[in-house]
Amino acid sequence: MLLVLPIISPFFFAIIMMLFWNNTKAHRIINLVSSAASIIFAVMLFSNVNNSGIQVFQVGSWQAPFGISLVADLLSAIMIVITSVIGFSTAVYSLATIDHEREKFGFYPLLQTLLMGINGAFLTGDIFNLYVWFEVMLISSFVLLALGGRKKQLEGAIKYVTLNLLSSALFLAGVGILYGLAGTLNMADLARKLPLIDNPEMLTLVSMLFLIAFGIKSAVFPLYFWLPASYHTPPAAVSAIFAGLLTKVGVYSLMRVFTLIFINDTDFTHTIILVIAGFTMLSGVLGAASQMDIRKILSFHIISQIGYMIMGLGLYSPLAIAGGIFYIIHHIIVKTNLFLVGGAISKIRGTYQLKKLGGLYKLYPILGLLFLIPALSLAGIPPLSGFWAKFTVVKAGLDLGEFTIVAVSLFVGLLTLFSMTKIWNEAFWKDAPSETIGNKFSGSNTQKAILFLPIVLLALITITIGFYMEPFFDIAQQASEQLLNPNLYIDAVLGVSNE
Amino acid sequence: MKSSLILATTVKYIIPLLLIFSFFLLLRGHNEPGGGFAGGLVAAAAYALYAIANGVEEAEKFLSIEPLKLFSFGLLTALISALLPLLAGKPFMTGVWLDNKIPVIGKLGTPIIFDVGVYLLVLGVSTKIIFSLAQEEE
Repeated sequence: MLLVLPIISPFFFAIIMMLFWNNTKAHRIINLVSSAASIIFAVMLFSNVNNSGIQVFQVGSWQAPFGISLVADLLSAIMIVITSVIGFSTAVYSLATIDHEREKFGFYPLLQTLLMGINGAFLTGDIFNLYVWFEVMLISSFVLLALGGRKKQLEGAIKYVTLNLLSSALFLAGVGILYGLAGTLNMADLARKLPLIDNPEMLTLVSMLFLIAFGIKSAVFPLYFWLPASYHTPPAAVSAIFAGLLTKVGVYSLMRVFTLIFINDTDFTHTIILVIAGFTMLSGVLGAASQMDIRKILSFHIISQIGYMIMGLGLYSPLAIAGGIFYIIHHIIVKTNLFLVGGAISKIRGTYQLKKLGGLYKLYPILGLLFLIPALSLAGIPPLSGFWAKFTVVKAGLDLGEFTIVAVSLFVGLLTLFSMTKIWNEAFWKDAPSETIGNKFSGSNTQKAILFLPIVLLALITITIGFYMEPFFDIAQQASEQLLNPNLYIDAVLGVSNE
Repeated sequence: MKSSLILATTVKYIIPLLLIFSFFLLLRGHNEPGGGFAGGLVAAAAYALYAIANGVEEAEKFLSIEPLKLFSFGLLTALISALLPLLAGKPFMTGVWLDNKIPVIGKLGTPIIFDVGVYLLVLGVSTKIIFSLAQEEE
């Protein structure tokens, strides 16, 4: 039952909000309650998985492989917990930043539906069900992106939807072929049956279909161009949750299928993943260097950071995958926080353009500090969380003798630092240009507190992971061991069916 | 919008038939072709016909409940049907059936309640879309 709660709890609260469609005040409160409840359920699920191993739930008492199984191993549980934390931060943040117009058109129910979709994708043990959750996510994210209906938003939304539909179509085609090959859609059952199939070329082909489909979702080279085209258009709260979570669902799916299902020809597939990782890192960071809009810079950095996670997967050793997982944990928190800070900056100055910004450090030294924590962590400065994440991935690369990718990743780290200093210099350090229009935070003190609360919360988490990384890393390592030992997963899912 | 007398008269007689047919589809759906989705579409078609004959505002009055409410209740019904098995001590979403058959309707169970939820949802969404589009035209 604990496995179903992260999915049905946001669903339930979304329905309640829809019943009180015109009462936006109630929406705000219910949204907070729902997000807080999600954290509780997520932590319960996590401690359960941590204590007693992989949890499986067969929906509707239809036993695997015939019904849909929900499975939570450590990776899923970690992702659920982070999702709930980010969901909560965004829920709080949107109280101060989302305008009444969007609230009236159902911003909060959509947010909860999006979270339901994300949680569903993390929990499902059925590859077709994963497709369904992707669609739930896609539909609600599309509306969130387009809500407000400005020209720029629609332009971004169209690119976003077109490419994601393309990815869904490829995904579906892949699922179809996979079903034709193995006659099952349950991931554990697929993992058990695929090695017995005497058609390795076909299997590799399907794995490439999945790589492209999830690659579009997670924005890897050369399929990332929809991301910087769309992520800077919606309000900050939406950008933040997109930046933090949506691409990571793609990365999670890659990690899932390329450690569980497609492991027949790792020399080939994981080398491709590694090459993609290198190019993703490099092209993302170079793209960021040429931008002068805070959110565009941050969007390009999502891409380069995705490269590190994929690099962990491509190296395919216990340490590397643990590094990749640790990277995801660190990255989601930090990236969401950077977007939230960006939103706060625009709330004060009324713009995201670096050229028009300046002098923020004088006005708001605390905001400067709150920007530096995630920014330096993103660049990988010790002792913040990003340092340990990069360190692990790099160490895994060195252990395996993959020096090219290590060199690329270190170089990219340097450029990331350059990018973050650019934002720091332009927005905080240099004198404010005279034509600056807004330079005061408009809004009451409560609103200010609401705006800063999630930023501080996420910054504290970043610092905690940095100074107290061992337990976090331990869990990442255990999750990686689970992933590299697919039999645990298979037995957990199919063992239940024999009872 | 000018409406034709022939259409308006026919619609009066067709709508009850369509609605009854939609219930029929809903109830037989569990074991035979039909179900909440098809039933909901047929019911939505009835309201769409009414809107064509008498205008959208009249049709909204005729529906007498906001489409938005309708589909929220639909979702809620479906969720409740999935939660009911918990009361019977069975896992989430397990189909629970009453032992005795009821004449005409047949066996009652949570999947039927789920179908009712789908029916309401489809009816709500379709009428919402149809009414909005028709209003735009006016």
